[in-house]
Amino acid sequence: MDLQEAISGLKLPLNVRNDLFAELNSLQLSENEITEILQATQDEYARSKVEPCEAVGTIAAQSIGEPGTQMTMRTFHYAGVADINVTLGLPRLIEIVDARKVPDTPMMTIYLEAESANDRDKALQFGWEIEATRVSDIADILTDTDEMQIYVEFDDRVMQQRGVDLDAVVTKLQALQDVDVRVDGSNVVLSPSVKRYRALLQIVEKVRTMVIKGIEDIKRVVVRKEGKEYVLYTEGSSLKKVIPLAHIDATRTRTNNINEMHEVLGIEAARNSIIEEAMSTLREQGLTVDVRHIMLVADMMTVDGEVKQIGRHGIAGEKTSVLSRAAFEVTVNHLLDAAVRGETDELAGVTENVIVGQHILLGTGDVKLIAKTSKA
Amino acid sequence: MSSPKRIGKIKFGLLSPKEYRKMSVTKVITADTYDDDGFPIEMGLMDPRLGVIDPGLRCKTCGQRAGECPGHFGHIELAAPVVHVGFAKLIRKTLRATCRRCGHLLLDEMQQHEFLLKMHELKDKNYSTEETVKNVIKEARKTTTCPYCAEQQKEIKYEKPTRYVEDSHKLMPADIRDRFERIPDSDTELLGLDASNVRPEWMILTVLPVPPVTTRPSITLENGQRSEDDLTHKLVDIIRINQRFQENREAGAPQLIIEDLWELLQYHVTTFLDNEVSGVPPARHRSGRPLKTLSQRLKGKDGRFRGSLSGKRVNFSARTVISPDPNLSVNEVGVPETIAHEMTVPIIVTPRNIDDLQEYIKRGPLNHPGANYVKRPDGKRVKVTDKNGDEIAETVENGWIVERQLKDGDIVLFNRQPSLHRMSIMAHRVKVMPFKTFRLNPAVCPPYNADFDGDEMNLHVPQTEEARAEARILMQVEENILSPRFGGPIIGGIHDHISGLFLLTQKGTKFTKSEVYELLRKCTVEKPLPTPAIVEEDVAYYSGKQVFSQVLPEQLNLTLKAKKCVMHAVCLKTDCEIDAYVKIEAGNLICGIIDEKSIGAFSGAILDGIIREYHDTGFTEASRFLDNATKLAIRSIMAFGFSFGIDDEDVSQQAQLEIEEIMEKAEERVSALINAYEFGELESMPGRTLNETLEMKIMQELGRARDKAGEIAGKNLGFAGELALDNSAVVMAVSGARGSMLNLTQMAGSVGQQSVRGERIKRGYYDRTLPHFRKGDLGADARGFVRSSYKKGLTPTEFFFHAIGGREGLVDTAVRTSQSGYLQRRLINALQDLEVEYDGTVRSGEKVVQFVYGEDGIDPTKSNYGKSVNVQKIVQDVIEKHGSG
Repeated sequence: MDLQEAISGLKLPLNVRNDLFAELNSLQLSENEITEILQATQDEYARSKVEPCEAVGTIAAQSIGEPGTQMTMRTFHYAGVADINVTLGLPRLIEIVDARKVPDTPMMTIYLEAESANDRDKALQFGWEIEATRVSDIADILTDTDEMQIYVEFDDRVMQQRGVDLDAVVTKLQALQDVDVRVDGSNVVLSPSVKRYRALLQIVEKVRTMVIKGIEDIKRVVVRKEGKEYVLYTEGSSLKKVIPLAHIDATRTRTNNINEMHEVLGIEAARNSIIEEAMSTLREQGLTVDVRHIMLVADMMTVDGEVKQIGRHGIAGEKTSVLSRAAFEVTVNHLLDAAVRGETDELAGVTENVIVGQHILLGTGDVKLIAKTSKA
Repeated sequence: MSSPKRIGKIKFGLLSPKEYRKMSVTKVITADTYDDDGFPIEMGLMDPRLGVIDPGLRCKTCGQRAGECPGHFGHIELAAPVVHVGFAKLIRKTLRATCRRCGHLLLDEMQQHEFLLKMHELKDKNYSTEETVKNVIKEARKTTTCPYCAEQQKEIKYEKPTRYVEDSHKLMPADIRDRFERIPDSDTELLGLDASNVRPEWMILTVLPVPPVTTRPSITLENGQRSEDDLTHKLVDIIRINQRFQENREAGAPQLIIEDLWELLQYHVTTFLDNEVSGVPPARHRSGRPLKTLSQRLKGKDGRFRGSLSGKRVNFSARTVISPDPNLSVNEVGVPETIAHEMTVPIIVTPRNIDDLQEYIKRGPLNHPGANYVKRPDGKRVKVTDKNGDEIAETVENGWIVERQLKDGDIVLFNRQPSLHRMSIMAHRVKVMPFKTFRLNPAVCPPYNADFDGDEMNLHVPQTEEARAEARILMQVEENILSPRFGGPIIGGIHDHISGLFLLTQKGTKFTKSEVYELLRKCTVEKPLPTPAIVEEDVAYYSGKQVFSQVLPEQLNLTLKAKKCVMHAVCLKTDCEIDAYVKIEAGNLICGIIDEKSIGAFSGAILDGIIREYHDTGFTEASRFLDNATKLAIRSIMAFGFSFGIDDEDVSQQAQLEIEEIMEKAEERVSALINAYEFGELESMPGRTLNETLEMKIMQELGRARDKAGEIAGKNLGFAGELALDNSAVVMAVSGARGSMLNLTQMAGSVGQQSVRGERIKRGYYDRTLPHFRKGDLGADARGFVRSSYKKGLTPTEFFFHAIGGREGLVDTAVRTSQSGYLQRRLINALQDLEVEYDGTVRSGEKVVQFVYGEDGIDPTKSNYGKSVNVQKIVQDVIEKHGSG
């Protein structure tokens, strides 16, 4: 009997079939034993299946909401390194289901291509490439209020480390309006044409924050060794600009901004990203929640092809039932709008039927069985 | 009036003035309510035709009594039309999008046609047309001359809340109504209105419906004075102004006065509908309290929708304080006799139970398992008293319903708020008991999240056979041992259950036969005692593990690692020198110590094992094991004796000196760091400021010091190495019953750094936390490091810092509960309609959300901590079976 064939013919989920194959392939078992094992596996699988009419939505909501009470509120440092601050715990979970456009602490995890992944120098080098280098990072900026001039004193060592070319900086500085740029060795003297104190300070600020290299949204890069390879963690996120770069492993590189994942990689990626982010938030708090619950939330948020919030401006607000919407938030407006539009409530959901005092169409309430009484 | 069996759907719409008048039973013209004799005035606000609220009277319209009559609407003819505030924005849009002369939508036929097509397409697909309507209005506003009558359009300004100005000329509601009347039916659809049922002019009120008195009952105060409902007050205002308006107009008053009165009428109608409109001062009661008018009744948590319709009050429920009773089964609940007296179960009389029921009736309401009411088939209820009991018992016939008092074995629902998950409401069997509290087995505390510091719980008695069946089959405690959250047991031993079994199953425990019987006295054990494991000086002794095995089900095979497992590189299995390898074979505990991992709530592997081993009887078997194991645990902990006192934290002189030294050194190092910082010698860490670096380093240093102090204290107390089983704190921490190494550290070693927002405490006075320190002092003690232990006691400054840190924790919890409550409400609302269909898909209505639930169709409750099939175990079982057989 061909084991592979016997297993792949079974009506079991892929991971169970893989488990079976992995487990049985290494053992020398008789055909009888194998048949028995396969049968037992199928039996157990059948026993564990969800029952029809199960209110899986409510169970998922409770399974995520209940541990919410046990979570912390604080923003912690990134596990291990005291380097990148990441929102964790309840605020992060709320952020995920809110589908915020930008998370509180955007962050990216960048993996490198196989050939450079184990090379610390290359990883660091790459980090410098993408980290936003501002003038203030590579130079001291002095303001001379007497002469109404700004002296930018570049630090050669840092410039070399970051791979910044003085000429490139000067070109960028020259693009500034109303400023005369004069190069003096490794220093640059800027003299604004308008000799006013406020204008001068404004220019100083402009120069200080000017990005000369890297990706503007990536504020900082931290390189960490994970297993054998080096991984880059960034404060700030810009997936769109990072993905096309050479030397990175675009298949694993990710951001914690779900909307960005959606924009760049599509809705499926957003769904997986919701699941991954929610799971890791819960895991970090030491709470075990079955993935299936989170999958359901993620699927609900993404079924329509866009990331929708759980709440008034998303799923709850787009429900077809007037009564259900009215019972959630902004009661009166929903009723008035429904009246003008002549909406009809089909009473298909839970809240609506509770409101009118009928059985809900879930679980045992969804089964329409009548016992046949034998007329004796 | 008969009501339909099932409501199929509800259609929303606007009522026309005609309909208002048609459904009205009377016109209301008098602002007064009652005359001097206390009778309601005809055509007044309390007109008897509007319904009855006084008991004993009959309704003049439908002839029913108070309680049966639903009430009837009246109406007020408004002297002049007014705007309905709720539609103010829509009125603005409609005004701007239609012609001021001919009422046509300001779009040429081509555009109209295009938009209509698009709208119909969207409607066919059941999509929202909101966006299209927005575009229609946007386009229409751009048109300056009407394409139909060539009228030049004028800019319309809207002033909140109900003022419309065209070219600095105020548009009266009457003018607006006139314009709206001219809008052709064909154009209303594009404006987002339901063309077949709604006319735009209905958004301007000419008739005001008067809600029935049943919706605004007046209350009679103790002094006999009547106090009217807020709505009635508001209606009185409206009628008064309405009358004045009419009189003034008839008397030919100047336009200015008329306009003022018109605005006043608008104000009253507006606040009648909604008393929280921005820009309108809320109408107030004489006492200054804002009136609760129509919108306020519907809105918010205690409003009609969330407060009265989504959540309903019920009968047949009880509430009281809870207290523990380890002698009850987890499936039981102890109900006070006083409550059992009051609560009833309706039983239909049949030939089979008539004798029993007659007995209950004879006992009357005062002798406990009695009956309170008897219901005849014609619907009449007869109260059973201790006098008429015998008489009623004789007349009872088949088909009657007897409301029998709650008695042992009845199934009831038990609940503790907040009901965060389905295990917050479970079905228990009643056990009527003396005293006044509900009693429950402490093992069911975790799912309810209950403790006994004054918690109260609710109890509901299901009234129908279907409800009881569902409660028993789906909601009983034993059916809910496994949590759907993670597929493991959520019910299990707590506190003393764990300590007890931990002590019992230690190596070297021995009991004589009579001692064993004493331990197992409360358990229901059918297994015969095995051969004693120990024989010393001709006396046979049973080991603690043997005693524990007596309560294990016979088919159970299980291996697991106990909590104190130290993770040897290669597991020593049965030879584990600390006895952390738990092996159960055919219901016998071969080796290992039972602790939290084996029987604790949230982790109890034995319960999990039993449920999976015994497929059909798993839950019953598990709950029986739990009952037995907890009783055995309690009896053994009593036999061993277990108490915790201040001397359990005693640390030797030597250890105290060591801790002292550690603290001394740590503080030295902290001052060294501060010195380095002040002299600018400190190197900042990447991405951190110098200040942050210093803080971080100090925190690390002090954290380390606390841990070291804890280690020494722990070692001294017998926490590490050879366990000190005579130290209760150690037993509890190691077994996982309560407390942790950290708690011990804080009690015996040092409390450690107090923090606010993850940082050392830095706020308080100028440049210092407390006046006891120098300004700018960054030292450990000045920034909230508590060097003392709880046992030693805190110094005054330490005490303050501790209070600061403690306060943060309290605030955090308070904030968190409200936030997570809202999160849960939103999640429930978004997901509640999802259901697994018979084809295995997950759908919300018609919409398919998942084709296979959870990608594999597995119920997380039945899964093995998320895994669908434990292939490894199956393979092992089969091999073992074949190997041995």
